[in-house]
Amino acid sequence: MEITRPTSLSEALDARAQDPGADLLAGGTDLMVEVNFGLAKPEHVIALRRIDEIGEVEDRRIGAGVTWARLEESDHRALAQLSRTVGSPQIRAAGTIGGNIGTASPAGDGLPWLAAVDAEIEVASQARGTRRLRWDEFFTGVKRNALEPDEVIVAAVLPERVPSNQHFAKIGQRSAMVISTVSAVVVRDDDGSVRVALGSVAPTPIRALAAEQLINENPQPTDEVLAEFARTVSAEVTPITDHRSTESYRRHAAGVLARRLLERCLAS
Amino acid sequence: MTTSPITRKRVRGGVGDSPLRIDGIPKVTGNFAYASDLYADGMLWAATLRSPHARARITKLDTAPAYAVGGVVLVLTQEDVVGRPGFGMHVPDQPVFADGECNYWGEPIAVVVASDLPTAKLGVEAIDVEFEELEPLTDMEEADARDSQTRRMKIRRGDRDVEGAVVVEGYYEVGQQDQAPLGNEAGLAIPDGDGGVDLYAVSQWVHSDHWQIYPCLDIEPEQVRCHPVGMGGAFGAREDVSMHIHLCMAALRTGRPIKMMYDRAESFVGHVHRHPARMWYRHEADNQGRLVKVEARLILDGGAYESSSNAVIANAAYFAVGPYRCDNVFVDAVAAKTNNPPAGAMRGFGGVQTAFAHEAQMDKLAGELGLDPLEIRLRNALGRGDALNTSGQLIEGSLPTAELINELDAMPLAEPLDSDDARHLPGGTGLTTDPRHVRRGVGYGVTLKNLAFSEAFDDYSDVRIVLSPIGVEVYTAAAEVGQGMVTIIQQLAREVLQIEQVAVVWADTGVIGSAGSTSASRQTQMTGGATHQCAIELREQILAEFGGDDLSGEGVWKDGELIVTLHEVCESGPREHEIRYRHPETFATDENGQGDAHPAWAVAAHRAVVDVDPELGLVRVVQIDAVHDVGRLLNPVAALGQIEGGTLQGVGLATLEELVLDRGVIKNANFTDYLLPTFLDAPHVEVKWVEEPERWGPLGAKGIGEPPTISAGPAVAAAIRNAIGADLIRVPILPQHIVGA
Repeated sequence: MEITRPTSLSEALDARAQDPGADLLAGGTDLMVEVNFGLAKPEHVIALRRIDEIGEVEDRRIGAGVTWARLEESDHRALAQLSRTVGSPQIRAAGTIGGNIGTASPAGDGLPWLAAVDAEIEVASQARGTRRLRWDEFFTGVKRNALEPDEVIVAAVLPERVPSNQHFAKIGQRSAMVISTVSAVVVRDDDGSVRVALGSVAPTPIRALAAEQLINENPQPTDEVLAEFARTVSAEVTPITDHRSTESYRRHAAGVLARRLLERCLAS
Repeated sequence: MTTSPITRKRVRGGVGDSPLRIDGIPKVTGNFAYASDLYADGMLWAATLRSPHARARITKLDTAPAYAVGGVVLVLTQEDVVGRPGFGMHVPDQPVFADGECNYWGEPIAVVVASDLPTAKLGVEAIDVEFEELEPLTDMEEADARDSQTRRMKIRRGDRDVEGAVVVEGYYEVGQQDQAPLGNEAGLAIPDGDGGVDLYAVSQWVHSDHWQIYPCLDIEPEQVRCHPVGMGGAFGAREDVSMHIHLCMAALRTGRPIKMMYDRAESFVGHVHRHPARMWYRHEADNQGRLVKVEARLILDGGAYESSSNAVIANAAYFAVGPYRCDNVFVDAVAAKTNNPPAGAMRGFGGVQTAFAHEAQMDKLAGELGLDPLEIRLRNALGRGDALNTSGQLIEGSLPTAELINELDAMPLAEPLDSDDARHLPGGTGLTTDPRHVRRGVGYGVTLKNLAFSEAFDDYSDVRIVLSPIGVEVYTAAAEVGQGMVTIIQQLAREVLQIEQVAVVWADTGVIGSAGSTSASRQTQMTGGATHQCAIELREQILAEFGGDDLSGEGVWKDGELIVTLHEVCESGPREHEIRYRHPETFATDENGQGDAHPAWAVAAHRAVVDVDPELGLVRVVQIDAVHDVGRLLNPVAALGQIEGGTLQGVGLATLEELVLDRGVIKNANFTDYLLPTFLDAPHVEVKWVEEPERWGPLGAKGIGEPPTISAGPAVAAAIRNAIGADLIRVPILPQHIVGA
């Protein structure tokens, strides 16, 4: 196995251009699990940890190499909340948001938040330079995304305004260190409009647009509207039954979780 | 039995103290040598090819391509087994390697020996093997219907025609739990250059391994020596042979030391699991809540080979009713044989499964009668002088059920929820739940377990004590799997001999006789009993020889005067004494399951307090109050450790832990998806003891390994039912069960 250890983004893009499809390694908390289970046998690994350019949080940009341990301290409340639920402290010290984006698991803890704030994913290649994709352009399916074989994920780029009233919650079978069976983020803007994103209930992170619409039309929802909101969320998700949970539980819980987060936003 | 001698000054670290464990500091500082750390110069590594199907015929098995991998020196298959073709705890029904057919997913087919582990794994991948898949039998009821079973067990006691004023019925299921010891299977076999082999591999019972190994190798018994090794847990998973015969075969064939080490995923198929169960119950009681009749049908899935299924199903049947008086009991129990991974021993051994059912039934009866759950249990509490409800055996030893229930009732109840810290709420760090979403529940589990081996098994433990001027050595083959046996042996030897310096010598099968298994909650009583008795006899011999009335580290005393030093006592060499210790004889039961099958029992009473978020089905187990029947408390800290750990294993089964099988294939053979409780899932545990000495064993002490695991789960299940006001018939209780209840 060959390992390339670039110390700048341009070196990484060179390596990627020379060997498109080489495995990218950041914290290793996904890739090394695959290796340990014998599911991945990388021939060439490009290790990204030494690239300072992608390891910083600046204003609207969260570098792909930023670890969950750092994001636990984020000013974005829901981002900090979700970061604390990623694995164990050791995993959070190693794992990065860029890795989460690259793996594009339906259960990726960071992805509903990116969907809720309408983030863009910035990627770069030697041949075509930098491009930005909306989150819903980037995530294309279960563990599939729009990253080209010669590209590297550079950052998540946030819109100019990210409302501070935001809440995250995640259901797992145990109290910590668990993969989500349903997760949700609700963001409420000062004008009462909301954005509702969910994880683990569809092939990609999704937004519950009909439920958002309902609240945008009823910014001070009554109990009846909140109940309708939960039902609408449940109707919008498309979960599956697997060894972690059932389709019907995930559908039910998605609605309950979204309603509770909206209630927290309304009380904030 | 001779009572403990009274001495002038007590030695430190005797009975009742909690001396520091000799393996404690090495373990927490990473200096303890586990089986996986074993190393020998020139050793080779071996890896296992396993069946990818639950049931299949092997249509082609060509090992030549493996030999073509550079570094591969040997490939073993069933054709290489020169002796008896199979092994097994009780009957040798499992072939050393799949013999033409694979009967479960993960069954060993071949072992490749190579210069290093990655090369051995490449060799495994290179083997050319083809299968014809066959339809697996994976449903235990279907197996029962087809009479595919290893044992049917019948209890017929009393009059089937009697009727109670109140009748409750229920159906219950228990999912398949894994022992999940943190140390995986590992071992090293070293050939002795003379046709024999020394084996150092994880084991709860090296003599049982020995009895299973040497016939397969077709060599003399003394040519195989099984040595105790350092282990990171067992819980039943180390009772069966796994890699042991493979290692010995490879060492004998190559003449080189051979090392094997399973990783976590392989460990999940490399050891047996707890039996999943389906149970149908009917309880009848009079209008005071006294049991009149209990009828039960039990099916436990034993998987593809017998292992210890036939003892597990017997336990499930004998303890189908719990620690309650009842004169009319009818149980039909079957250990089904399927193409699921083999099930065998796990902490609680059949009693865990039925405890969920009989405790749910007791709560149903209490509900029908409007009785408090503890009151109905108290009215039926089984005790000394009663007959065991299933086998009819007179309870001659200790069984303080009523005392435990009363002690439990007197313990203060956990404080109400008074925190909005997510770590104290259902859902934990996931921030799912606010205090207003929470409903609290309280539930009870009062359960019964036999101690040591039953049903006429010749159960013994050999101990040799060697006394020299520098101290005491206790030779035993009892497996220390992390439970603290080593400290109990030291304490008992110190207590009798009044000499502080006691070393435990872990002896191999060539040096000392069997200590029996570290299972069935038996080692404190059996090897502890052997140590205690051996020390008493050695002390008495020395005192008689020198005319003394007391012994200590200084020597022999008479009337308060030192009359001969320990150095003089040992002048002609170290003093040795060896005994074989047995518990009271037990007997096979008759065709109706009647007879004196058990040497002793222990009861446990737990109260669980849970907080439930019913809308999301999330549970936090807040507190377990546990009262335990310890006979005599030898080491408070060690007992507390067993109770806290055992309780958490019961909580795990009630709320989290289950192997998910799809047509015989384990879907979650990893710690990402086989969920063990984290510290955040661990309840606060409050413990009280009841000391009613047993009629045998060291100073009346009872084993404590299994009872906490049996009681905690039913208490948690009852507490969740109490919180949500609905029936839950299956464990583990998952969020979707609560939401749908």
